[in-house]
Amino acid sequence: MGLKRDVSLSTGLRYRGPGGYLTFILHRIGGLGMAVLIAVHILASFIGGKLGAGINNIYENWAFQAFVFFCALFHAINGFRITLLDLFPKMLEHQSEAIWIEWAVFIPLYGLCLYVILSTGLGG
Amino acid sequence: MKTKTKTLSLKERGLTNFESIMWVFTRLSALGMYALILFALIGALVMGARNNMNLADVMRWSFMPNVTHVEGTDLQDLEPWATPFWKLTASALLLLATAHGVHGLVVIADDYIVTKRGRNVVRLLSIVFMTAMMLMGLWIIWTS
Repeated sequence: MGLKRDVSLSTGLRYRGPGGYLTFILHRIGGLGMAVLIAVHILASFIGGKLGAGINNIYENWAFQAFVFFCALFHAINGFRITLLDLFPKMLEHQSEAIWIEWAVFIPLYGLCLYVILSTGLGG
Repeated sequence: MKTKTKTLSLKERGLTNFESIMWVFTRLSALGMYALILFALIGALVMGARNNMNLADVMRWSFMPNVTHVEGTDLQDLEPWATPFWKLTASALLLLATAHGVHGLVVIADDYIVTKRGRNVVRLLSIVFMTAMMLMGLWIIWTS
């Protein structure tokens, strides 16, 4: 038995949804990204030796760090909004305002981290 | 509604169901992780991060306060960063994050794997994966 979805992949990808949809999907991408990258990082550190160091060198590359920081920061900030709104459901009325605040916190914070990672990684 | 939610017992609220308990755990473990991250951030500043580390390095330490995460910085003395106190903090963060994360993976998998047998396999794999990550992570923290 498989899943029955009545829309094509292209229709699915074009779906823009209401306010919380983008944050929902980015939260999943962030969580999955962290799970995969951190699991590989833990495995590499556990194995050690040349192979472990080689994998960790790739992981510590500026491009990977930029992605890991995106995953961790977005997941943490969006997760904070989800937790607050779930624990205080009356605040759900202000969900779209909460999402705007979330972006206002995430963009400058991630921007700063990205600037530091890129300026260091690209020979700054 | 005849009874206010607040007056209902845990059983009446349906919190005896494993998935409901994990729903609450996911939110509370997130709060626990924020507290530990903030704690590690303050600790880093107290131990001299302001003059010897950049923003990305401080964040990296805060998200997992393991001494190997500050080896590449300008810090001269790494001893205070490798105390059992920080190893305990890192262990707490690791255990919370692994349980939170692996349950999150199960939630995502449940959206795509809908058969009872498939879901049981996912749960079995998740327990094996979670235990392995916890043991390997603890070994790394306490031997580095």
